[in-house]
Amino acid sequence: MNAHTPLLADSSPTDLARAPHGLGVHVARLGHSFGAKRVLERIELDIPAGQFVAIVGKSGCGKSTLLRLVAGLDTPSTGRIDFDGPRDAAATRIMFQEPRLLPWERVLANVEVGLPASVKGEERHRRARAILAEVGLADRADDWPSVLSGGQRQRVALARALASGPRLLAFDEPLGALDALTRIEMQGLVERIWQQQRFTALFVTHDVSEALALADRVVLIDAGHVALDLAVELPRPRRRGSAELAALEGRILDTLFSS
Amino acid sequence: MSLVERGARLSAAIAGARHARPRDARRQHARPAATRLAVLEARLAGWVLPALLVVLWEYLSRIGVIAPNVLPAPSAIAQAGWAALKSGELLRNMWVSTLRAFAGLFVGGVIGLAFGIANGLSELSRRYTDTTLQMIRNVPHLALIPLVILWFGIDEEAKLFLVALGVFFPIYINTLHGVRTVDPQLIEMGRVYGMSPLTLFRRVILPGALPSIFVGLRFALGIMWLTLIVAETIAASSGLGYMAMQAREFLLVDVVVLAILIYALLGKLADVLTRWLEERCLQWHPAFQARRD
Repeated sequence: MNAHTPLLADSSPTDLARAPHGLGVHVARLGHSFGAKRVLERIELDIPAGQFVAIVGKSGCGKSTLLRLVAGLDTPSTGRIDFDGPRDAAATRIMFQEPRLLPWERVLANVEVGLPASVKGEERHRRARAILAEVGLADRADDWPSVLSGGQRQRVALARALASGPRLLAFDEPLGALDALTRIEMQGLVERIWQQQRFTALFVTHDVSEALALADRVVLIDAGHVALDLAVELPRPRRRGSAELAALEGRILDTLFSS
Repeated sequence: MSLVERGARLSAAIAGARHARPRDARRQHARPAATRLAVLEARLAGWVLPALLVVLWEYLSRIGVIAPNVLPAPSAIAQAGWAALKSGELLRNMWVSTLRAFAGLFVGGVIGLAFGIANGLSELSRRYTDTTLQMIRNVPHLALIPLVILWFGIDEEAKLFLVALGVFFPIYINTLHGVRTVDPQLIEMGRVYGMSPLTLFRRVILPGALPSIFVGLRFALGIMWLTLIVAETIAASSGLGYMAMQAREFLLVDVVVLAILIYALLGKLADVLTRWLEERCLQWHPAFQARRD
């Protein structure tokens, strides 16, 4: 029980130890439509391995659709998405807006859902516990999800997404339903884990300041097109409310509302 | 009102009733006497009214307000029960009836579960079988008794057939409803996380449908006893219903009432059994956790 304090990389010698192991993503002439409605049109996006990309935009602009296509949940109508290297099932994980935990399984078993089937027996528990400790919930392993708070549930969902040591992690507004303070805490957690593991992160959000706090690069989608592709070259951890962030936020919001 | 709606109301009522009942009576030895008394009170509360009714009934019989040929006194029924128990006749008949009831429940339940799951998962299967099943459902299964007697006589098959048919529908409908209303977001999650169809069924769909299946089981238990009693009363050569009908022939009102009381007891027993199963299988459900916190 007291073995779950060490860092992930030390405790899990296989998947998670391949530390800088992000997956590069190349999106070319990507288009997608639902029936007659075109949601995305001619999207071009090159994401180098290990980059943290935030995708922002108004509701219904197609940002979640883009995420689902990259994560492999849907197949694009036109265009293509290429990856640097094989993309097996466990290499891409998605974290949803809702925790989507199995209410009939305890926290530990829920984290184990994320482990590849090749990990067996006691090793499964050990790894799940290690990851759970990483998100700060080691002592809740034997609880039912229903007794956790919203933020804790989302942390379990994060642990589940991390369990297989993904090379690409797609976040679909995972903090959207949390209160402001829990959100800030979770942002810190996501940033810390990303810095440790260096997966490629695709983070969809409608909160521009959240995007700027976390991302290396902010991509603004508007009416199915990339309206702005902005590098955020500020040192981490970023100070909330700094002048540089405010200036960038102003620029993004101007682009968003001028169109 | 459809069975499903009734089921939903029932489960809501069950959940509500459970909130009121303290559960951890066993763990409370160390508590002060006042608390222990409160726990005892909560446990026995349900039996106060039946006990009072029995006392009143005994009193009214003793002073002659209720004639013994209409309704014998509780003490007389207890005597009849004791006599039947000593002769072994009561236990034998109870055993025969219980066996029949659960055999029918098993056969009908398994078929209902299988159809419910199949039609919940497969659009094709539902398209081809649901209409037929809904048509059969609307025929009261007890209306088939004359036909069943013609087919099977008054042997075991007749009772088995009727009970199985009766319990099939509540289990089928509630299983179907449960499987179809499993959170699609969880199913998507399972797929994205690489669950095989079998794992997805075992870890997501079946547990998600379980609360609904239990509602179906509770309805089925009620229908199970009802069907069996009617079937045994009309056509049987053993069992509780048969015992009651024999007693009527000989004007043994006490035995008739005894049989009715035993039905009530068996019904309660089946209900306790389902509750126990529910508590074991649905530990995760917030409705079953509230009492622990």
